Amino acid sequence: MSYLDNILFAILLIVGFGFFAASVKKIYRNINLGVDVDRKDNPKARWTNMALIALGQSKMVRRPVAGILHIFVYVGFIIINIELLEIIIDGLFGTHRIFAPYLGVVYNVLIASFEILAILVIFAVTVFWIRRNFIRLKRFIHSDLKGFPKSDANYILYFETVLMILFLLMNAADFHLQNVPGGYSHFHKAGSFPISQWIAPIFNGTSNELVGLLYELFWWLHIAGILVFMNYLYFSKHLHILLAFPNTYFANLKPEGQFDNLASVTKEVKLMMDPNADPFAAAPVDENAVPSKFGASDVQDLNWVQLLNAYTCTECGRCTSACPANQTGKKLSPRKIMMDTRDRLTEVGKNIDANKGVFVPDNKTLLNDYITPEELWACTSCNACVEECPVNISPLSIIMDMRRFLVMEQSAAPMSLNAMMTNIENNGAPWQYSQQDRLNWKNEN
Amino acid sequence: MSESLVVPTMAEMLAEGKQPEVLFWVGCAGSFDDRAKKITKAFVRILNRTNVSFAVLGTEESCTGDPAKRAGNEFLFQMQAMMNIEVLNAYEAKKIVTACPHCFNTLKNEYPELGGNYEVIHHTEFLKSLIDDGRLTVEGGQFKGKKITFHDPCYLGRANKVYEAPRDLIQKLDVELVEMKRSKSNGLCCGAGGAQMFKDAEPGNKEVNVLRTEDALEVQPDIIAAGCPFCNTMLTDGIKHAHKEGEVKVMDVAELIANAQDL
Repeated sequence: MSYLDNILFAILLIVGFGFFAASVKKIYRNINLGVDVDRKDNPKARWTNMALIALGQSKMVRRPVAGILHIFVYVGFIIINIELLEIIIDGLFGTHRIFAPYLGVVYNVLIASFEILAILVIFAVTVFWIRRNFIRLKRFIHSDLKGFPKSDANYILYFETVLMILFLLMNAADFHLQNVPGGYSHFHKAGSFPISQWIAPIFNGTSNELVGLLYELFWWLHIAGILVFMNYLYFSKHLHILLAFPNTYFANLKPEGQFDNLASVTKEVKLMMDPNADPFAAAPVDENAVPSKFGASDVQDLNWVQLLNAYTCTECGRCTSACPANQTGKKLSPRKIMMDTRDRLTEVGKNIDANKGVFVPDNKTLLNDYITPEELWACTSCNACVEECPVNISPLSIIMDMRRFLVMEQSAAPMSLNAMMTNIENNGAPWQYSQQDRLNWKNEN
Repeated sequence: MSESLVVPTMAEMLAEGKQPEVLFWVGCAGSFDDRAKKITKAFVRILNRTNVSFAVLGTEESCTGDPAKRAGNEFLFQMQAMMNIEVLNAYEAKKIVTACPHCFNTLKNEYPELGGNYEVIHHTEFLKSLIDDGRLTVEGGQFKGKKITFHDPCYLGRANKVYEAPRDLIQKLDVELVEMKRSKSNGLCCGAGGAQMFKDAEPGNKEVNVLRTEDALEVQPDIIAAGCPFCNTMLTDGIKHAHKEGEVKVMDVAELIANAQDL
């Protein structure tokens, strides 16, 4: 390779990573639009969760077929990225398989395993594609995925297939040139190619120069493809490959049944129940106090973990397929709750970008414009969605925060729930029975 | 019922200067719902038979606030919680047992932050501990050889990871315990949680309880065992919907144990 190649490559890398860094910054800013919540306690349990659930894929195998295939793609992705380091160094300095002399036999084993993984990735991705487009599993043809989300899923599969094919073609050309009698250029013998040696015969009868050129072409397309794919993440559900790690780290550690107690409410209730409190005392004046809002009607009212959840969601739909409301034809789909939250958050982010860093009200909210009360009221709070999520996302916590807004800010609960709450308020039971009759069962037959 | 129930209240206990081993939190369903009252009584019969020193709050008990909280009314929930905590703390309650997974979850998980710290256990866990300690012995009795499937209540199972205690109890009855296709952490909700018990379902093509009852009927059980008064109601309705009330019964685990002992 000439120096021009090396310089072009360096520019490609800088542009690729530069755009990516800008996207990461934007995501980070958007997530921080959420209110604060402390998720720094118990780091040991958090690291364990991340190791088991994100790194170890432990929840993926709840559904064994998709789980195992996903592990192929995941391991392929991680391991083949080790090779990427060598590919980049070779590209920058015009070397050929620079790690080979240092690793010896280990290098051969590594290259061989990358190749086997690449073929497993192609196999898994093909099955995924068939599942999505021909077997038409219910969660993949669900109305949540109409439009871009459906194409997005297929684009990712195409991208991965093309990248793996390019990787194998590149190795095949390399293998061909390594075995040219008497050697060719700087293609010295290195690596073991259990898959691409079977592809290499396609280069028989082609001039060494052309194969060398094709090798460079595959190399360029492969590396450029990776950079494009990396920058596509920002626009795609595929962001989970990165965010699954922080998401599992910051996920809720408390029992699933434990819902948070709103601290602002605790303060008020305590004041109400304090016999020494002066009911006529004026509230202490705080100039900077933001009027507190109970519950959530928009993304800024959610906490940052919920917003991180939204960016992490890869729209697999396991939550929705496990949801009792969705299975019985109700509008609620936990996946849609996450997708809506993400879409609204992206919209709010764009608004901020367009208005020099300040959010200008757009007469829209997550509630009503994206998520309807009908969806929220269909939830049984059974935690099936939370349990199912392979990366510990909680759609339920968003549903609950939005119900809180409906009830405490808008008094917009369904009539029958208002009756239930009135009963609890008046007689300490959800039905109209007197508290004085609570022990009557003792003497009944 | 051969003998009348002995149900002391915390107030009576206090008057005698006694502290019970455990406080039995009956819950709203257990106090007022006709079907759930039978579960309450079955549990008390076991407590009486095994001479467990227990007491109820009686008229001093009030809703834990669970349905209000799940409906989104945090104010009402916290008011209920703080009133209950005042009562419980005044009696210096240490250990609480309840037959309702919703009360169980709320008391166990959501009260501590508000000042109510107790050891809270579900009645199936308590019954299991009675057997483990040799205070209660159970034989199959009338249920010997019957086919029983257990429906996991969401607020006992997924919410708090109690899956084995109710199953261990059922297995003590020399029965055939069969699992539904979705059970334990995969269990399907009965449709009552999250305050759904107190409202009509949103438009859809089926009721959740009907779907769950279909899961249960698929394994052709003689009895569907439940561990929650609300699940009990939902599944009983589901059985009626399927016109199977002559063949399949829905029973609480406490009723199974009590009836097996002819209590």
